[in-house]
Amino acid sequence: MIVKSFRLPRIGTPQILAFLTILMADRLVSPQFFDIRLQDGRLFGSLVDVFNRGAPVALLSLGMVLVIATRGIDLSVGAVMAIAGAIAASLVDGHSVPVALGAALGVGLLCGLWNGFLVAVLRIQPIVATLILMVAGRGIAQLITEGRIVTFSSPSLAWFGNGSVLGIPAPIAISLGMLLLTLLLVRGTALGVLIEAVGANARASELAGIGTQAITIAAYVWCGLCSAVAGVISAADILGADANNSGLWLELDAILAVVVGGTSLFGGRFSLILAVFGALIIQAMNTGILLSGYRPELNLVVKAVVVIAVLLLQSPRLAGFGYWFNSKGTT
Amino acid sequence: MASCPELARPLLEVTGLTKSFLRQRVLNGVNLTLHSGEIHALLGENGAGKSTLIKAVTGVVQRDAGTVKLDGIEIMPRDAEEAVKLGIATVYQEVNLLPNLTVAENLFLGRQPTRFGLVRDGEMRRNAVILLRGFGLAIDVGAPLGDYSVAVQHLVAIARAVDMSARVLILDEPTASLDAHEVDILFGIMRQLAARGIGILFVTHFLDQVYAISDGITVLRNGQLVGQRETAALPRLDLVHMMLGRELSEVTADREHRPIDESKPPYALFQHFGKRRYLAPFDLALRDGQVVALAGLLGSGRTETARMVFGVERADTGTVQVAGEKVRVGSPRDAVGLGFGYCPEERKTEGIIAELSVRENIVLALQARRGWMKPLSRREQDEIARHFITLLDIRPADPERPIGLLSGGNQQKALLARWLATKPRLLILDEPTRGIDVGAHAEIIRLIRQLCADGLALLVISSEIEEVVTYADEVIVLRDRAHVMTLSGDAITVPAVLATIAAETPHVA
Repeated sequence: MIVKSFRLPRIGTPQILAFLTILMADRLVSPQFFDIRLQDGRLFGSLVDVFNRGAPVALLSLGMVLVIATRGIDLSVGAVMAIAGAIAASLVDGHSVPVALGAALGVGLLCGLWNGFLVAVLRIQPIVATLILMVAGRGIAQLITEGRIVTFSSPSLAWFGNGSVLGIPAPIAISLGMLLLTLLLVRGTALGVLIEAVGANARASELAGIGTQAITIAAYVWCGLCSAVAGVISAADILGADANNSGLWLELDAILAVVVGGTSLFGGRFSLILAVFGALIIQAMNTGILLSGYRPELNLVVKAVVVIAVLLLQSPRLAGFGYWFNSKGTT
Repeated sequence: MASCPELARPLLEVTGLTKSFLRQRVLNGVNLTLHSGEIHALLGENGAGKSTLIKAVTGVVQRDAGTVKLDGIEIMPRDAEEAVKLGIATVYQEVNLLPNLTVAENLFLGRQPTRFGLVRDGEMRRNAVILLRGFGLAIDVGAPLGDYSVAVQHLVAIARAVDMSARVLILDEPTASLDAHEVDILFGIMRQLAARGIGILFVTHFLDQVYAISDGITVLRNGQLVGQRETAALPRLDLVHMMLGRELSEVTADREHRPIDESKPPYALFQHFGKRRYLAPFDLALRDGQVVALAGLLGSGRTETARMVFGVERADTGTVQVAGEKVRVGSPRDAVGLGFGYCPEERKTEGIIAELSVRENIVLALQARRGWMKPLSRREQDEIARHFITLLDIRPADPERPIGLLSGGNQQKALLARWLATKPRLLILDEPTRGIDVGAHAEIIRLIRQLCADGLALLVISSEIEEVVTYADEVIVLRDRAHVMTLSGDAITVPAVLATIAAETPHVA
């Protein structure tokens, strides 16, 4: 059918267009924007920077999109980043790297399990349930670091921030790996469609025999893991854990990335790849404003404008060309 | 009713109305005339175009061609609000009011009496009481609307619509969720309104109601006008013929009741199964190839029985045996694992997952049963979806269409397909034919018989006693949240079932 052949390019068109437009705008303010050099076996350049700096939010949005698809939200991702970073940084100079890393990721999973338990079993509203860990989590991270910035010297852990794989900076490679892993986990199995079913109509899903509690918990657990990975990367990046600032307010960027990626806050249909695009759009704006020499405060205003533009492009209400872009999957 | 249709100028005149969605023509040159004081029934199968006709007249969707004249003046409302201002009000099957606001607030929402910008609550309530008195409703207007029955909510919605100076009132399946007594009240009010000169367009699936109340009938089929007639001059058989274009005699034909074979062990046996304050303990045996029907008034415990059997509500007493083994049914997931399936009455909120495609909805229960680790491949999904779309004649036959866009009957068939795909041993159908037109009705009943012949155990809940007696092997009558009597074999007749339902509850329990 003709309608069918139109379907694929229609999904995601607004996000990809927005991303390209912002890159072009970045090129206007900074003529060297697309220049990429290879130095010490690692790629450098503004464009590489967009991906590299965007990695933590991209990772957060991978987990966040699953949680939002279940009709939930996770406000604690920034705090979980701080906890994971604090644990990795404090353990790595006394224990081996796998132990430090395992502990950080394990705690991320536990945090996700806690959120999932509050939401799915105790049936607390997600925004309230995860607010608990958002507030408490940063306190826990500060307790771990004893209020200091814990620095470390392990080059193996530092690799997560500064290393590279075949010239690709490690944060980008890790994020890409996590994206593929998440895609495999949710789209390679039936988990994705079950999450969509639970998010779109939990009652009907329950009656169709879906274990809605387990599905919901799984989404929060994965979100916890993704946050922990992001936390390790951002700690490795500065060779230390700053419990006060690591991941601060990034939950909002992650939610924004998911929404810009076309996933409804009312749950249901979701797209992992477009959520990552959402994160990249946000980072491309940040980088552009830094390069342009404008005051960084302007960033917030520009962000708002771009978000409105992308949401308008997705709106089914927008007649004419808007109709064309309207992604079919989200109705 | 007093007006003579041939002479009076029509109140609402629709000519040549045409509407397409994505190249698919859903209305093709439809005409309709409605006179002042007339109650006019709009009939047709699922997908005939009734809903689209209403939406095109009230501006919810924009028409492609054709004219709509109100009192001889052409109108082109851009949305439902403008239609209301012009004097055309619509009450939909699912009441579009706000259950957590009070009755009075619902009646006057958006047009509350104010003084200095503040709502005058007292006046609003007094007005509400006066307004509802005209509808024979003496209820507490300060209570949340959601506290009242669907019937009352419907009457409130109609009162609101009429009070907003409606001259044309459109009722989209107002009786679908009402019991007989409530229907009588509604009809009384419709007659009063018609006597005041309001023209009422009324969509229903119940032929009895059409003959009980309507003056004229318009029949649509596949987006085309089949004809407009006066009710008094149109025999029932001719009407059914207009709607379906085929004979329906087979559905109503009686069938021989086979005696229950007690020697064969039942597939599922519930003993002393009950839950305090929910449903009195009952015994229930469900056998392969037999239909057990639950009959009773609304709230008598029919749906409650189904929910307990399917594990939605957990029993606090009693035992369950499936295929001779003692089992636990603690959740729908358990029940699905035991080979049970359940099509709930609330299709939209508990059945379909509106934004997912027909294909995804059909494979959902099977996928849930296999677990998330073992996904059905896309090819397997396509095969299953295509198989059931053909088998059950689901229309449109597009597996990728979001199921929410299908008509009620087709949604119901897709839900049946969802369970049939799991190859169940026991299927529970709660009001499988409610809110579905005559054609799909007949198909669903044919399906029930077919499934039964294929060896499935069926537990069916239905208010359509005439239908129940044609397919049930056993009828359990419920009253006041308890199973009170079981009829089987030749004892299953309409008068017997009705008499049992209507019998007074004995004082000694």
